[in-house]
Amino acid sequence: MHLIYPVVLAALLFSVGIYGVLARRNVILVLMSVELMLNAVNLNLVTFDVWLADVLRSGQTLALFTIVIAAAEVGLGLAIVLLVFRNRSTIAVDALRELADRDAGEVLNR
Amino acid sequence: MTVGTLAALAVLAPFAAAALGLPLGRVLSASALALSGTFLAAALGILVASFAAAAPARVWETAAVLTPTGTIPVTLGVLVDGLSGTVAVMVALVALAVQMYSVGYLRHDPRYPSYAALVSLFTAAMLTVVLAADLLVVYAGWEVMGICSYLLIGHRWERQANSAAAVKSFLMTRFGDVGFLFGIFVLGVAAGSFRISDVLAAVPELPAGTLLAATLLLVAGVVGRSAQFPLHTWLPDAMAGPAPVSALIHAATMVAAGVYVVARLFPAFEAAPVSLNVLAVLAVVSMVGAALAALTAGDLKRVLAYSTISQVSLMFAALAIGARVPAVGHLLSHAAFKALLFLCAGAVIMMVGSSLLTDLGGLREVMPVTFVTMTIGFAALAGLPPTSGFFIKDALVTAAEQAARGGPAPVGAATAVLVLGALLLTGLLTGAYVTRAWLLTFFGPPRARFQPVHPEAPPVMTLPLLALAVPALLLGFGGLNWETLRPQRDSALLSVLLAGIGVVAAYAGWRADPVRDPAVALGRLRGLFATALHTNDLYERTVARAVRRLATVVAGVDDRVVGRAVTGVGRGARRLGGVIRLTQNGNPQFYLTGLLAGVLLLAVGVVLLT
Repeated sequence: MHLIYPVVLAALLFSVGIYGVLARRNVILVLMSVELMLNAVNLNLVTFDVWLADVLRSGQTLALFTIVIAAAEVGLGLAIVLLVFRNRSTIAVDALRELADRDAGEVLNR
Repeated sequence: MTVGTLAALAVLAPFAAAALGLPLGRVLSASALALSGTFLAAALGILVASFAAAAPARVWETAAVLTPTGTIPVTLGVLVDGLSGTVAVMVALVALAVQMYSVGYLRHDPRYPSYAALVSLFTAAMLTVVLAADLLVVYAGWEVMGICSYLLIGHRWERQANSAAAVKSFLMTRFGDVGFLFGIFVLGVAAGSFRISDVLAAVPELPAGTLLAATLLLVAGVVGRSAQFPLHTWLPDAMAGPAPVSALIHAATMVAAGVYVVARLFPAFEAAPVSLNVLAVLAVVSMVGAALAALTAGDLKRVLAYSTISQVSLMFAALAIGARVPAVGHLLSHAAFKALLFLCAGAVIMMVGSSLLTDLGGLREVMPVTFVTMTIGFAALAGLPPTSGFFIKDALVTAAEQAARGGPAPVGAATAVLVLGALLLTGLLTGAYVTRAWLLTFFGPPRARFQPVHPEAPPVMTLPLLALAVPALLLGFGGLNWETLRPQRDSALLSVLLAGIGVVAAYAGWRADPVRDPAVALGRLRGLFATALHTNDLYERTVARAVRRLATVVAGVDDRVVGRAVTGVGRGARRLGGVIRLTQNGNPQFYLTGLLAGVLLLAVGVVLLT
């Protein structure tokens, strides 16, 4: 199989992920987009591991690492989303602007 | 140990007492520290002076070059000869008496430890001025004295008037110090060395203009420090300090330093007669004006303050007509009797709680020791025989008379005649004001309500009084070794006669009505004299007002230009920040977009540029 197919697929997946992270309002969909980006990276890792015929299989090993970390990250992320939803009854990203910069006076008076 | 080392130790002993006393005064015994430091200085001073007296022609000088300055070196060292040795003994002994007296006088004062340390520092600074061999080191001591006097005059700074008096004395002496510093520069640069011996050796070769400029600048400095007209108004106000501080300032340190410096650099002044003429005229104005002010002053300490101005003028007048030995002799005798008088005044204040002459009176029986010692001091001040003042004033009159007759003197006969007239007039006035103060203090009916306590003062206070009364009474006999200090019959008779007239006039005025102030007889002149011919008001209206107006302008500039610039910078930064703040909108997706755009820009830039 030619190298170009998996690489283009990975690029497309990554782009979809970026679009999702930047454009979606729903936090769960943002998290899913992050997963897409991570898996695009995983695909790249495995592809180049095979193509370069690495003796140590470092690409595949690294991909396993990424999967584990991604699992942990999603668990943590979903827990945060759950708490945010309980507190604010919304999970729209652009509605959560507590950290925006406000007037100094406004901050001091609070 | 050489004489130079001993002299250096004499300076360092009170300095060490001050350096230890300031931080540790509350832990260690402040009085023991101050007394031991000053006592050590006095003992070493006497040792040094005895060496100097044994070999009158010899001069001990040490020098150590400190940091190289690039041009004229500044050396640290002592200069010991008859003059500096004698004056150092005087300074240390008066300081010792003052320290001892202060133990009693300020025994309930919570700030006594810092006070004692400052008095030690004051003594060390004056000893530096007296013993230093380098003019810039002299100047350093001179300035330390200024700050010490500021701190000590403002000892009771809780009262607004006291701290104002301290600031006034600091500023006025400072004003003269500028001249003094530049005088030192002119002399040092012209002579190529700041060492006193080098400068004096170079005097014959220096151009007359340089010497004139240098000595006139020095005169400005000593006039400020010694409270001569026209920079005299700080001294009466400096009475705000405790009485022992006044004794120290008036007898041994500040005021005496001016006379000492002129005596030390006398050859330079001799070569510039114009400066001596200026000095003589200033001294004449000060001595008569201050005596008139003392005649009418309503406060015992102010009478003594004006008498100091008047007596120091006598020394300057003597120096101006070339009578250096009588001038230094008067410096010593004045130190003894003026310190005595101020310490007595302190005892009176402790008993009565006031120093206004209208509150005093009838203290003769209540305070016998003070009465006797203060009488000796007053007699010496008035120049009555056989006190030390009599011998000295007689020597001054003799010297002035010889100069007026065309004898060898650095100034012209006209100036000498002026000085002679002023001396005689001052003698008359001194007799009068001394008698007035003496009678109003100790005789007549008691005018203030106070509880007479017995004894009048603790022994730690009366002992210095008795000790100072001895030189005030007998120092004149010690001066008989010098030919110029021996009394001459005609001048002695004349000066005693004039002082006697003053005494009798004041007594007659008092006798007519013991309750009333004899100065009332002066009528409307009284108010004029009491304000020292309105000089203070004059300065208040001209200099002070102009300075205040200038200060308002400067404050306005500070507020409107500097202040606005600062707030403007702050406001500008905030406005600029407001633009950037728009990007901090709290939406993480916006931030991430920015991040991605940045990464893309960098990537494109790297691709295009490499």
